[in-house]
Amino acid sequence: MLRQLHSLPGLIAALFVIVLSVTGAILSLNPALERAGAVVPAAGQISVAELAGKVAEHYPGAEQIERTPSGTLIVYYTRDGQVGADRVDPRTGQAIAADEPSSFSRWVKNLHRSLLLDTPGRAVAGITALAMVVLAISGALLLTARLGGWRQQLRPVRGTVGQRLHIELGRVAILGLLLSGLTGSYLSATTFGLAPQGMAAEPEFPLEVSGGPPAAIDTLAALKATDLSDLRELVYPYPNDPTDMVSLGTDQGAGYIDQASGEWLTYQPHDATHKLYEFIYMLHTGEGLWWLGLILGLAALTVPVMAVTGTIIWWKRQRSKPKIAANSGPNAADSVILVGSESNTTWGFAKTLHDSLAREGHRVHTASMNQLASRYRGAQRLFILTATYGDGDAPASANRFLARLEKIKEVPELPVAVLGFGDRQFPQFCGFAKEVETALAAKGFTPLLPLDTIDRQSTQEFARWGHAVGKLLGSDLPLVHTPVRPRTTALALAERVDYGADVQAPTAVLRFKAPEGGGKTGLLSRLLGHTDLPHFEAGDLVGILPSDSHVPRFYSLASASKDGTLEICVRQHPGGLCSGFLHALPIGGTIEAFIQPNPDFRPAAGKAPIVLIGAGTGIGPLVGFIRHNRAHHPMHLYWGGRNPQSDFLYEPELATYLEDKRLTSLNAAFSRVSERAYVQDKIAVDGAELRRLIERGAQILVCGGRDMAASVMAALDEVMAPLGMDVAMLKAQGRYREDVY
Amino acid sequence: MKRLTLALALGLAVAIALPALAQAREVTFNTELKNYGGDGAYVALYLTDGDGQYQGTLWIAGEKSKYYKHLRDWARGSGQRSSEYDGLTGASVGSGRSLTITLDLADALIDAGYEVRVDTAVEDMRDNRADVVVPLTTEGADKPVSGRGYVQSFRYTF
Repeated sequence: MLRQLHSLPGLIAALFVIVLSVTGAILSLNPALERAGAVVPAAGQISVAELAGKVAEHYPGAEQIERTPSGTLIVYYTRDGQVGADRVDPRTGQAIAADEPSSFSRWVKNLHRSLLLDTPGRAVAGITALAMVVLAISGALLLTARLGGWRQQLRPVRGTVGQRLHIELGRVAILGLLLSGLTGSYLSATTFGLAPQGMAAEPEFPLEVSGGPPAAIDTLAALKATDLSDLRELVYPYPNDPTDMVSLGTDQGAGYIDQASGEWLTYQPHDATHKLYEFIYMLHTGEGLWWLGLILGLAALTVPVMAVTGTIIWWKRQRSKPKIAANSGPNAADSVILVGSESNTTWGFAKTLHDSLAREGHRVHTASMNQLASRYRGAQRLFILTATYGDGDAPASANRFLARLEKIKEVPELPVAVLGFGDRQFPQFCGFAKEVETALAAKGFTPLLPLDTIDRQSTQEFARWGHAVGKLLGSDLPLVHTPVRPRTTALALAERVDYGADVQAPTAVLRFKAPEGGGKTGLLSRLLGHTDLPHFEAGDLVGILPSDSHVPRFYSLASASKDGTLEICVRQHPGGLCSGFLHALPIGGTIEAFIQPNPDFRPAAGKAPIVLIGAGTGIGPLVGFIRHNRAHHPMHLYWGGRNPQSDFLYEPELATYLEDKRLTSLNAAFSRVSERAYVQDKIAVDGAELRRLIERGAQILVCGGRDMAASVMAALDEVMAPLGMDVAMLKAQGRYREDVY
Repeated sequence: MKRLTLALALGLAVAIALPALAQAREVTFNTELKNYGGDGAYVALYLTDGDGQYQGTLWIAGEKSKYYKHLRDWARGSGQRSSEYDGLTGASVGSGRSLTITLDLADALIDAGYEVRVDTAVEDMRDNRADVVVPLTTEGADKPVSGRGYVQSFRYTF
């Protein structure tokens, strides 16, 4: 619901929002430019009387002085029957330059206000401003839900480049956009008379003047009492007309002044509503608050990017929305699948389960968890596949599930299996799935299978669960889930370096290139440094489909596409299908591969030290990071192997990197030597140094097996205890990232 | 082109005009604007006596009354009372465009020392009080005069 409230206005208003924000950003420069070109004396230095006198000296035909909110003074005058306007110096009353309003600026302003379409355009602009408010608020709520609470607002976000760009920019700009949207909506509402704008002072026109001989304008008492900084406009009386008077407008009000006595003839202050209107006008335009204008302008510049990324995100989500074929009705089905999904990935898994059950001859009904019915007449089993949103919250398609469950009066005799999808790096891993399981048990549902979980869309874990389900149903249930059938690229093995044969850990560094002649690389892309490889960075994952399998295996990349090779580090596992295939691959042999971006597992930008921790083949991406550390940021590597004689992966390269300072320190631990040590032992020994690094804002990147990662985390928790910190805190700050398998 | 009968509610003029109200004349006012390159101009056409004292409104081009104060002399004379301009307003006039209105004016107003004045104003640009000042006489009919502000030329024809 909230998501619709964000994407619908976003999609509809996207174009208008872009036009308004770009024009708004351009206009936001004006107050600052004007301010930079204006001479603004401090308050209390020059009175309006003094100014009016000096201007009259230089401009005998002066008719009117206007002071803009930025402090620019414009004098309108008649000379030899021709009218003119000059910007003048407030200290001398002398001309600075002729005042020629820019027609470009005027055009942009009209585009911004009315899309050059007058009243209908003004209405559209107003609605767009309102859409901006809705987008900002719904966006903030979505982000809050995604990150798990208001206090987590500044937590780093995960996702694709588009998603992160959308969120990061939104987070930075939201206050500015909200202010622009709210003030813009109000101004538009006043245009259409839907909101009050108050009345500018309309002083009564005096019926009588004192009629005495006009005094010099710089001697008039009321003008002397008015400071230049309060001036809005002054209209000179007609020359030689004793019945005329001086008309003066200030920030506080307006009135008429007698030419002879110098006293106010009439005066009326602006009303409070109008002052509010002017304040809001100032907030919107930055006129008189140039720095705010610039901030709002910068915020507005994020809008085109967010409109584009938002549309892409929406489009991808729509496209990945599964189309369930042969979906039985809720009462006809023997198996019911309910899905709790935020971004539709879980739907993909549900579809795999649905199709597999249907192939086995079951009648299957698949629906969102929010569509939970009070009974399924023919059902014999219920599967609930659900993701968790943020900090243990329900995902979009399940946010009303618990309430609906609560309302069910007669609990059906329906065994239920809950499968949670999540990411172990979050503290509330599969939190919602657990909550659902507990709620179902409390309601009296019988379990079909105990709660199971799938970490980071692991197809292997999903297949294992399918196996367990199959056993219960008395039939094989192959759950081969390929998230979105990836488009693979053929790559040929160009080079391999072998390690570890003597310590029962045969490990190879494999370097792949695009096969010869397969490329369509033109001169241009060669010049631009393009290779035939798909784009990737060190730390991303490559999915490899071994010759006789549909299930890809993922390896962390040790190189970036700009290096010209795709490099992975693979240990041969006994009986491992893919690792066996790769180890047996001859030079020139080809693989089918695709890239899965893993943008979170990267060294952070900036000068803070980086601590790289890994064991075995986990060194792959870490070496990639070191290799690309050309800025020579401090990088410390902790790595564990078996025996320096046999499986010291990348030993020669690491020596080079130490020498040329791409690597600051290398701490290797070996488990099959006399002084046996694991990487976590090294961490404990180096506690003081690590604390120093962490205090200096170090980021920690861990890559390797799950057990090692757990030991490292425990060791680091101990190391950090004297600082009153732990790994969970670093994770929350985005300073602790894992690539664990 | 607007066609209106001006019910003369003009102080002194009324007294003179009333007995002979039937003796009215159709007068066309044509105001051509320069290419001043701004937004639509607000234009006030009004009558004053020979001393420049406001007598009555002929036409206001521009629909938002909150901007009328920028038609300075007219605003001063009329007090911006809506009774002064009810039914005598229309759209603002774009840069380089012209405004033509036709009114029935009492004969008594012609050759009687009255002047036609035009005030103009444009957003973010200067206000021009008395952009045009021209006596309302038989002799002056059909003779274009140029304004000193946004008005390129102004003429009236009987």
